[in-house]
Amino acid sequence: MDSVFWSRMLTEETLAFHIIWAAIGVGVPIFISLAEFIGIQKKDVHYTMMAKRWTRGFVITVAVGVVTGTCIGVLLSLLWPTFMQLVGNVISLPLFLETFAFFFEAIFLGIYLYTWDRFKNPYWHWLTSIPVIIGSTLSAVFITTVNSFMNTPAGFKLDAAGKVIDIDPIGAMLNPATPSKVGHVVSSSYLISGLLLAGLAAFFILRGRQHIYYKKALKLTMVTTFILSITTILMGDISAKFLAEHQPAKLAAAEWHFETKEGAPLVLFGSLDPKTNEVKYAIEIPKALSILATNNPNGTVIGLDSIPKNLWPPLYIHYLFDTKVSIGFYLLFITAVFLILWMWKKGNPFHPIVLCGVVIAAPLSFIAMELGWVFAEAGRLPWIITGIMKVGEAATTAANVKLMYFLFSGLYLLLAIVACIVLYRLFKGKPAEAELKAFEGGIS
Amino acid sequence: MPLEWIGISVLWTFLYGYIIVASIDFGAGFFSYYSYLTKKEHVVNKIIDRYLSPVWEVTNVFLIFFIVGIVGFFPDTAYYYGTALLIPGGIALILLTIRGSFYAFANYGGRDSKFFLFLYGMTGLFIPAALSTGLTISEGGFIVKNGEKIEFLGGALFRSPYSWTVVFLAIVSILYISASFLTYYANKAGDVPASEQLRKYSLFWSGPTILASVLVFWGLSHHNPIHFEKAWNISWVFICSFLCFLAAVYLIWKRKFLGFSFIAVMMQFAFAFFGYGYSHLPYLLYPYITLQSGLTNSTMGWALVLAFIAGLVLLIPSLVLLMWLFLFNAKYIRNEK
Ligand code: HDD
Ligand code: HEM
Ligand code: HEM
Repeated sequence: MDSVFWSRMLTEETLAFHIIWAAIGVGVPIFISLAEFIGIQKKDVHYTMMAKRWTRGFVITVAVGVVTGTCIGVLLSLLWPTFMQLVGNVISLPLFLETFAFFFEAIFLGIYLYTWDRFKNPYWHWLTSIPVIIGSTLSAVFITTVNSFMNTPAGFKLDAAGKVIDIDPIGAMLNPATPSKVGHVVSSSYLISGLLLAGLAAFFILRGRQHIYYKKALKLTMVTTFILSITTILMGDISAKFLAEHQPAKLAAAEWHFETKEGAPLVLFGSLDPKTNEVKYAIEIPKALSILATNNPNGTVIGLDSIPKNLWPPLYIHYLFDTKVSIGFYLLFITAVFLILWMWKKGNPFHPIVLCGVVIAAPLSFIAMELGWVFAEAGRLPWIITGIMKVGEAATTAANVKLMYFLFSGLYLLLAIVACIVLYRLFKGKPAEAELKAFEGGIS
Repeated sequence: MPLEWIGISVLWTFLYGYIIVASIDFGAGFFSYYSYLTKKEHVVNKIIDRYLSPVWEVTNVFLIFFIVGIVGFFPDTAYYYGTALLIPGGIALILLTIRGSFYAFANYGGRDSKFFLFLYGMTGLFIPAALSTGLTISEGGFIVKNGEKIEFLGGALFRSPYSWTVVFLAIVSILYISASFLTYYANKAGDVPASEQLRKYSLFWSGPTILASVLVFWGLSHHNPIHFEKAWNISWVFICSFLCFLAAVYLIWKRKFLGFSFIAVMMQFAFAFFGYGYSHLPYLLYPYITLQSGLTNSTMGWALVLAFIAGLVLLIPSLVLLMWLFLFNAKYIRNEK
């Protein structure tokens, strides 16, 4: 029992840490590529400089993404051997494909980094950013299909003895959860990467940097993140509809929806009495849950009463879900405000209040992503593979998992601290203005 | 070819690839630190950085590929090794993490720190030592099944002379492989002092490499006589390996055809590694998992093989591009571009 608990802790910790860097790894290449492209098109060194500076920070975060990813890859076998034995039989295809995506990304990242001045035609260098984007996005896609499989297993059958038969690797990969999950994960990774860059630009403007460089960076990231917030929310809505159909327990727990009924109301915020399961201080919107889940105000939504109590997911996921959705709408709001003020002739998108709003949006978006994952994963409990294997049956029987937990905690702490120091040192005393001056001086 | 043979050949080839590229990397870490200690860092470090900077992430992926691949093709290995190796695996993983990240921090963060260099050098020796015990364990005797419970006999591993000979071989081999490659690379860059220095390292470590190989055979004959006998039956493979070794050392000694000499080093290890692997079969973990018993179902197996072929179509041109840009581009190596 003890090793189950510590295996869970170590898995959660490792994943929660990895996804921060992984999301940056998935999203930032898009922005680097975009900036470089605009720079070449407009012959504007500001954008080229943007791409270069973002890349410089990016390699540090990639490094942490790579090493923590390696940790998860190995820890999965060490902590969940029974699970991996089954996974190896059914869903190893996308895991295997993922390594090719890594390869592709790693090779072209090396090329991208060290060939800035090697091609006469700048488009050649820009082209090497495309495989980096493809590689990192595909790795997110493939790993997300594995996670989807854990939520809605498909593509195999169990015989009477509990052995897997009739395996269909593609069917397992394209399980019911895959479309909504992949869409939401990829879109949100792009979104938070954009907001990270936007937040940095806004922060420097607030700190008094006057150079047009920062404003250009902010405008570029704000336009893209506005679009991405819309797609992320849309994909989130699709995910909710998916849950209603395939994982009703998760949705019901997230919405504190206890009775199966037609025209179900949506419960917003509030608090739950842990003994009586009574909801207090909540805002109830009539029929809204039915609309959300089924697109029909009178649709039926399965409640927790239809699910045996020992298979209920933890009910605290309601708080996670509501917080995340609130953040999602805040992100849409703040990017929209910026764009409206920009379009409107008399508006000033660089007003300190707006800039503060953008700065806050960056950490909030990361929080939203973490909450989203904890919600999605904890909502799957008690299953590690829905309906097939429980978390408790999957964990290692080895002793000393606790020791490993503390060793790895120390490691991640160290990594986080050193990575931050390195990033800080990398840009301290090297503001974009100075670099641009050196750059332009060199040209003329 | 039957599926299990395709699977193990692919995996073994990638493990071989990892051993070569990672040895260059691990050894380079040690030489960087050593030359710093002996105040010769200005001689060799530039060459080392020049080669390693663009490729360290690729090295890491070789390892991931092997791990994911073996779980995919032979899922039982995840169950046995996973249960047994929590502690050694976890520690190797921590070392690997520290090494990778700190290398990137030092290199891309643009700061030369003695502490980073120290970590980089030391982990370069400890990681191969830790990883090589994986092969030792596969020989049997250290993972045992009591009823349903799988146990790892760490104490026995620690006291086993065979295990130590393998560790010794791992360490001296990486230094030898790495020095031979870097001699060639420095020579290509026209950096005579570095090439001379690395040539000395390479010659110095060649003797211990052969000594360690002999010791490993001796250890194996005691630890797993069946395996030893199978290896003996294909002794011509190991003789080829030895001939390649002689050729490599001769060329390095004469400072001639250093590119060929490194190819000879690679062939030396290819013969030895594949000979070892071949005679190890059919066991993946003696005596619990064999190629046949551990194999995944055939649908998944063939899907993986197809994925592998498709992946190679993508990878090989990219790897060629990478090598063309950084490894065989004299201008780049000489720092003109
Ligand atoms: C910046 C990040 C972010 C933002 C703003 C949102 N989400 Fe999200 N959400 C994620 C980041 C995320 C995620 C981290 O990517 C998750 C975790 C697992 C997954 O599939 O995606 C997720 C999961 C997730 C799930 C569970 C899917 C499942 O378990 O299969 C649902 C139903 C939603 N989200 C719905 C929404 C809605 C209605 C949003 C409206 C504002 C929203 N999300 C905004
Ligand atoms: C169980 C979950 C996961 C596993 C087993 C896993 C595994 C790995 C491994 C082994 C690496 C290192 C690859 C290398 O050496 O280059 C890695 C890196 C990476 N992972 Fe994860 N990963 C997981 C979750 C995720 C998620 C959820 C995402 C995306 C949202 C993601 C995206 C990436 C990316 C983009 C990289 C490349 C490094 C970078 O560019 O930052 N991973 N992962
Ligand atoms: C092969 C893939 C995966 C495996 C084996 C796996 C396994 C697990 C397990 C066993 C737990 C513990 C559940 C619990 O008992 O609380 C967990 C939780 C979690 N996983 Fe996954 N997961 C996988 C994929 C992912 C991915 C791709 C992500 C996102 C990056 C992710 C994020 C999380 C998070 C944040 C938690 C914490 C949830 C909580 O606090 O309960 N997982 N995962």
